[in-house]
Amino acid sequence: MAEWFQDNGLLLGLALLDGLSSAGLIFLVAVGLNLVFGVLRIINVAHGSLYAIGAYSAASIGIFLASIGLPGWASIPALVVSAALVGAVLGPLIERLLLRRIYGQEEVVQLLVTFALFMILEDVQKLVWGVQPIHHDTAMTLLGTIDIPFAGDVIPFTNYQLFMLPGFAIVTLVGLAWFLRRTLTGRVIVAVTTDREAATAMGIDAARIYLLTFSFGAALAALGGALSSPTAALVPGIGAQTIVLSFAVVATAGLGQIEGAALTSLMMGLGRSIAVYFEPELEVVVPYIIMVLVLLVRPQGLFGVAETRRV
Amino acid sequence: MSGPDHRSANPPREASLRGDPGTGRGGLDRPRHPMRKIEPVLAILLAAALIAAAIAAPWLRFVLTIALAKGIAVLGIMLLLRAGQVSFGHALYVAFGAYIVAFLAPKLNDAVVLLAVAAVGAGLLGLVIGLFVTRYRQIFFGMLNLAMSMVFYSLLEKLYHITKGSDGIRVEIPPVAGQVLDRVAYEWTIFGIALGLALVLGLLLRLYLASPMGEALAGIKTRETRLEFMGVPARGVLLSAYVISAVVGGIGGALIAMTSRHVTPLLAYWTGSGELVFIAILGGAGGVLGPFLGAAAYELVRVYAAASFADAWQLILGSVLLLVILFAPGGLWGMAARAIGGRGR
Repeated sequence: MAEWFQDNGLLLGLALLDGLSSAGLIFLVAVGLNLVFGVLRIINVAHGSLYAIGAYSAASIGIFLASIGLPGWASIPALVVSAALVGAVLGPLIERLLLRRIYGQEEVVQLLVTFALFMILEDVQKLVWGVQPIHHDTAMTLLGTIDIPFAGDVIPFTNYQLFMLPGFAIVTLVGLAWFLRRTLTGRVIVAVTTDREAATAMGIDAARIYLLTFSFGAALAALGGALSSPTAALVPGIGAQTIVLSFAVVATAGLGQIEGAALTSLMMGLGRSIAVYFEPELEVVVPYIIMVLVLLVRPQGLFGVAETRRV
Repeated sequence: MSGPDHRSANPPREASLRGDPGTGRGGLDRPRHPMRKIEPVLAILLAAALIAAAIAAPWLRFVLTIALAKGIAVLGIMLLLRAGQVSFGHALYVAFGAYIVAFLAPKLNDAVVLLAVAAVGAGLLGLVIGLFVTRYRQIFFGMLNLAMSMVFYSLLEKLYHITKGSDGIRVEIPPVAGQVLDRVAYEWTIFGIALGLALVLGLLLRLYLASPMGEALAGIKTRETRLEFMGVPARGVLLSAYVISAVVGGIGGALIAMTSRHVTPLLAYWTGSGELVFIAILGGAGGVLGPFLGAAAYELVRVYAAASFADAWQLILGSVLLLVILFAPGGLWGMAARAIGGRGR
């Protein structure tokens, strides 16, 4: 064991750091999906497309800002701004025009409406941004790298991935928990999640809460995409990849669980990056193995609450 | 009305999909419906139309064979939808059937044997996975199926030395029932086999749906607990439907491999599974003809959209899907039923 660690310690350290940053991204996307499902009871297949559009918008805005001569640091707030833009523009548009028509319908119908939306958005994204890889990493290079001592070695790692990504995830986690438990709007959202009819009977405008939650979820997906944009080249298909992973996180964590989604994202992010360094073939499989193992033991998900059976 | 309670705002829609047990009047999917009587006639007409189209335009033969293969696979999705379960991973069985053909074609040099092996192989895989996934319902059922297909997809893609990764494997023209055929004769034969299998499997599944086992499927959707109170093992019922769906998926996949003669991991990607559910809804989850109507429409729209707007065919298909869901909830089958039956359902 000690010998193995001697040989592979550095790799393991890198894997852990990588895992932490990818867990942060996974969490941002998955928690949005989970929140939307909790309130609207719709699994949004197009959530991954919002992630992709967030990423592309962030890159575009960053490139635009650089072209008009703004200093490099401007591309960091641009990440957040583009996410907010996507949430504020696409969120209400999709909720009002599309989702509103299918509330309370069969699950398969809802799933397919968002699947259709996914197909449409995939092509819209290709038409707007093309199929050539887009790369804009000013935000990452600007923050520089840090040397992390690990097991007698030194790992150079970007500050962006080490601090920004997990930082945003933690701020989102804490902020969301605070928002849902301590603010009026948040508690109204929780009330609608728990029992929509009772909440409506109390005079809560559920339609408004739906709109708000969906736009917020969309913004979270876009934020995940925007934050990921400096770390990798953007190509068509990132939305499709992201959504399956978020599905796995949401099902593993249990529906409507925020802290659960955080823990699951961490497990899957670490599991995946460890696989990348030690058994690359297994990278894509690891999250699903985790999911299957968890659901074998806890059919309602890690933190899910078992539903009582209707008679 | 600001519409806070959408569940009660749309009762007609729910009734049209579920049938109406209260009045004993069936929805589209109930066997008592008059549409059921003319279904065989429609099936023969549809088959004749397909043959005529394939003769009139030879390039359509390929498209229609693929449509028939997908229609066969979608029959399985329809079974699961009857139980209210959506599998977002049945591309797994399609890809499995296709890869069985690709792997075994050099060894079992006969299309008929390959089809049989693909069906049995997919059925066995479906049994193993089904034993696990039928413990779950709704979203968990869908996501676990998705997970299984994604695992298979990544294995196909990553194990390059076995599967040739995303390059895929080419399938040579196999003899059919011992006859070595040239390309055109082979394509006609596969088209014929696909059409024959579609008719036979459609008929078998129609009988299955009308049997107590098939009726119990609808019970899983309505109230599973009550089904068990009556002594019906709900999991067993769902498992049998699941295995059947895997078998037809494998057959569909084998036909696709024999038609396109090239298999890639993309067959197993989750968008492929979504496509199957898409076709099921497009056709209308009513009779066994629905999947074939849906598949034919889907493939034709896809081919035309891809030819006219190469970059936007998904956009067009997605819009068609949205229009169907929002404005023709019964799917193509429902539209046909309205046109023929004269009344809404």
